[in-house]
Amino acid sequence: MTAKGPAVCVGPDIDTDLVIAGRYLRTKDHSVWVEHVFEDLDPSLAPLLEGSVIVAGKNFGCGSSREQAAVAIREAGVVAVVAPSFARIFFRNAINVGLPLIECDLACTEGCLVTFDLSEGWVEAEGKRHSIHPLSPRMQAILSAGGLVEYWRNHR
Amino acid sequence: MATLSERILNGTAGEYVDRKVDRAYVHDGTGVLTLEAWKRIGSERLTDKTRLSMLFDHIVPANNSTTATLQHELREFARGSFMHFSDVGCGICHQIMSEGVVLPGEVVVGADSHSCTLGAFGAFSTGVGATDMAGIWLTGETWFRVPETIGIHLSGTFYGAAEAKDLALTYVSRLGMDGATYKALEFTGDGVLGLSMDDRLVLCNLSVETGAKAGLFYADDVTVQYLARTGQMVQPQVTEPCNYVQELTIDLSEIVPLVAVPHRVDTVKPVREIAGLPLDQIFVGTCTNGRYSDLARFARIVKGKSVAVRTIVVPASKAVLAEAIRTGVLTDLVDAGCTIGTPGCGPCLGAHSGVLGEGEVCLSTANRNFRNRMGVGAAIYLGSVATAAASALEGEITEPEVN
Ligand code: SF4
Repeated sequence: MTAKGPAVCVGPDIDTDLVIAGRYLRTKDHSVWVEHVFEDLDPSLAPLLEGSVIVAGKNFGCGSSREQAAVAIREAGVVAVVAPSFARIFFRNAINVGLPLIECDLACTEGCLVTFDLSEGWVEAEGKRHSIHPLSPRMQAILSAGGLVEYWRNHR
Repeated sequence: MATLSERILNGTAGEYVDRKVDRAYVHDGTGVLTLEAWKRIGSERLTDKTRLSMLFDHIVPANNSTTATLQHELREFARGSFMHFSDVGCGICHQIMSEGVVLPGEVVVGADSHSCTLGAFGAFSTGVGATDMAGIWLTGETWFRVPETIGIHLSGTFYGAAEAKDLALTYVSRLGMDGATYKALEFTGDGVLGLSMDDRLVLCNLSVETGAKAGLFYADDVTVQYLARTGQMVQPQVTEPCNYVQELTIDLSEIVPLVAVPHRVDTVKPVREIAGLPLDQIFVGTCTNGRYSDLARFARIVKGKSVAVRTIVVPASKAVLAEAIRTGVLTDLVDAGCTIGTPGCGPCLGAHSGVLGEGEVCLSTANRNFRNRMGVGAAIYLGSVATAAASALEGEITEPEVN
């Protein structure tokens, strides 16, 4: 599964509060999360996200284990998040809601094209290819189904 | 060479793997959410039920009719599905899984962060979310990222009143609350030989307080003998030199009685530095320190005396309670003025039977002292069983005597 998108750069240790603030959680309406995603980090980010690849610093998704953070990023149309490391619970949540994550320390230039293939295990930016651990077959299937519940609805 | 996690998960650090799980368990709290996700998936049939357990421990017996109704639905589901079911009064999920269920080399998942406790048997045991668990109910499988490992090398033996809990607080304070995020901890070295299974369970229990995904001991003669007493015959695991991303060396003889002060587990002080701090409650129990050996050690110190402060003792399981009755430990505790709770989590999560009032101070043998956990506006200090016993007799934080 190859995909690509222009990079949106964010820093290290972005916690889930910065992804979607606690004040917007009391709803099941995903469009509210899309509207306010990354609001407390940088309100100008949200319009850039559709079709983009977020390139972040270490420990992305730390803090509260709210699953809404991963859902908000996915629903905003982000193709994947690349970071040297992710917080553990965010990592599982992201895969389980169908948001691809790529563990890689990528230097980020705003808007540069990031291409990746999760089954072959590589990510490419500015003409440089980095190898990454390929996702397991199950993880790839969950991602293509759009999340764990959807995956199992098709495979039960 | 491979770390124990790599051997059990059959992959190398950083790799993503799909694995069958040998044991999967939920409790009355996370079970509710798992059942919700399960309904959304909409399947009728569970995977191999002998590997699935549901254990009621968090709010037992139910504290109000809302909880009771949720538990009722969950209980009916568990009984109808024929998975292992352990009802109110049987004990804490991690403890029951440690009483001859989890075996060396197994892959174990629990819908609770302290599922890491069972790494004490040389199993790879970690916490997963409720949606993950619903998928596991369906197929008995899930995916893992094979973790890197931090080696914690232990030497020497405990001196004075120090015990496993003090050692656990030592490594948590050295690594910090996120010092081992996504990694596994592996406890090795000569110091391990003198640690009982109960000690090892304490050390693995706190591994998640460093952010670790798992904490593991290699199964050795101590493990083999412990499991033999529960009717399980197993082989020890062979240790091999392997690559750790970080190493920590701790000499057990240098460990002193410690407490974690509010509101972080990694903020630790020697008991003697804050001795004299007045207490409103002592709580002995939980998946950290509610085993028979803990109750017996507490009773040995308070026997024939009277506690000076409200003291709540909650056995971790029915087996622990039964043993305490059989040996007279329970009588000693009651005679000393302790209140005994139903086997389970007790007030650890601040939901019932022993929650604290605003401004109250508790010394607890549990693993978390987060703000408001046992009651809004209260302060929790975490310490060993010996520190709890010495403090119970004085009504203030007290350094345990060497006995
Ligand atoms: S005893 Fe406390 S820490 Fe352990 S499982 Fe129960 S609530 Fe969680």
